[in-house]
Amino acid sequence: MSVAHDVGVTGVGVLQVVVIGIGGLVLLGLMRKVRARIEGRVGAPVLQPLRDVRKLMRKERLRPEFASWIFPLAPVVLVATVTVAALMTPLITTHPPLAGGSDLFVVVYLLLLGSTLVALAGLDTGTAFGGMGSSRALTIGALAEPALLVTILALSVSSHSSNFPVIVRATLADPAVIISPARLFALAALLIVIIAESGRLPVDNPATHLELTMIKEAMILEYSGPDLALVTLGEAMRLALLLGVLVNLSLPWGVASSTSVGALAIGTIVLCAKVAAVASALSFVEVFLAKLRLFRLPELLAGAFVLALLGVVSGVVTK
Amino acid sequence: MNHQVFDNVLGLGCGVVVLSAVVTLWRHSLIAIIRALAVQGVALALVALTLGLHGHDRGLEVVAGLVLLAKGVVVPALITKVVRHDVASRETDPLVNVPASLVAAGVLIFLAFAASRSVTALTSNAPGRLIPFGMAAMLIGFFALATRRKAVSQIVGLLLVDNGIALVAFLATAGVPLIVELGASLDLLLITVVLRVLATQMRRRLGTVDLDGLAELHD
Repeated sequence: MSVAHDVGVTGVGVLQVVVIGIGGLVLLGLMRKVRARIEGRVGAPVLQPLRDVRKLMRKERLRPEFASWIFPLAPVVLVATVTVAALMTPLITTHPPLAGGSDLFVVVYLLLLGSTLVALAGLDTGTAFGGMGSSRALTIGALAEPALLVTILALSVSSHSSNFPVIVRATLADPAVIISPARLFALAALLIVIIAESGRLPVDNPATHLELTMIKEAMILEYSGPDLALVTLGEAMRLALLLGVLVNLSLPWGVASSTSVGALAIGTIVLCAKVAAVASALSFVEVFLAKLRLFRLPELLAGAFVLALLGVVSGVVTK
Repeated sequence: MNHQVFDNVLGLGCGVVVLSAVVTLWRHSLIAIIRALAVQGVALALVALTLGLHGHDRGLEVVAGLVLLAKGVVVPALITKVVRHDVASRETDPLVNVPASLVAAGVLIFLAFAASRSVTALTSNAPGRLIPFGMAAMLIGFFALATRRKAVSQIVGLLLVDNGIALVAFLATAGVPLIVELGASLDLLLITVVLRVLATQMRRRLGTVDLDGLAELHD
């Protein structure tokens, strides 16, 4: 292995993590801006989440008196797992640094590890809201998981592999696979699961602090200062990563197939444009959605499960 | 037509037929259920049209147009009118709750594939391999008939069964003769009209369109 190639791989890794990190926060700002504009407000600047995180980083570190080691650990693990996942997924290039271990199952459970620890941290402080939020988040997670597993199965049927870069490369080589029923059903199921996992409407309202309805916000209520900055960063990165996964499975054009500077530059711009478009569309639709009753969520996620199942079945049949 | 595009469009049409059958179990609002039924009719027409274009079969293209008109537009419009008249019951009231129904639908999809394995083993072309989708739509229709008690849900279940049968017919024989299809569609139209009359009568006598209301004696 030549030195130049090594530098390339490291460069790609750094690029993907930085794009997901900064891009995730900008994405958050963009989604809020789109929502504000549609509602007739001016809204905060798109870069506001970046400034918020910078401000929080400089604040004093305050932790609940009786919190255990889980509490400070959770934000770090959240950001770390998303970072590793960003090194594994083919976002800008089809040759991510950790391509060998980049199995879809590994990526998904890495991301789940982070959210599970945040849920544990919510329980850790012993406050009423934290427990309530964690219980709800884990319930949704448990309902979303079967749908997610079957979705991965449906995605891997067409390319005979659950290795993520292999799937994206196979899609690039044969774009007709995108309009195959297996892929379309799987993508629809994946979209529902992503919405559920990242706590967007109609599953959870990310803008609310109302006791009865909040899920994500309830879990992280006790965090402040640098810890809160890390949690915000981790959640934003995860949303950007999941949307990046979605667009690269549905519209893979523009993903760099080499690690040359030109290809990577194009890949970065195309990825940002695609994710921004999807996020704006999501945000636009969210304006017209009300939060679903908690007891109706099993119906939504069972629907995603059947969608994914249909994807697997049609993948096997039409192969 | 390009071979792979043909396969994909056909698969997509069949997938949408099953998906809209699942949606009728998923949604609570009767209007949304009827809309899913209309989508199913359109998907069925798409399947017929694709088969007709691929096999250069003019008769099948005409049938596709008829299916689109009858199952995609007229029948759903007729049922929608029944629902719109009945302000009190615009929601289904299933005997089996929605998540359980959806899991049952998943099981039924698998059952359809297991049951039609001997049929699909006979052919290797794309339409033949898609027959299980028609069976699945049919089975889900039966399930809807068994677990939904409103008059409107019953007719929707019946139409799901019929659409499933039609899909199997299109895929297995590359289209039934025009006259048979015409007869079946007219039957359905008649059933829908009878349902409307029945629903109106029931509402006048009982004030509801819940079929369980018929099990008790009334003055």
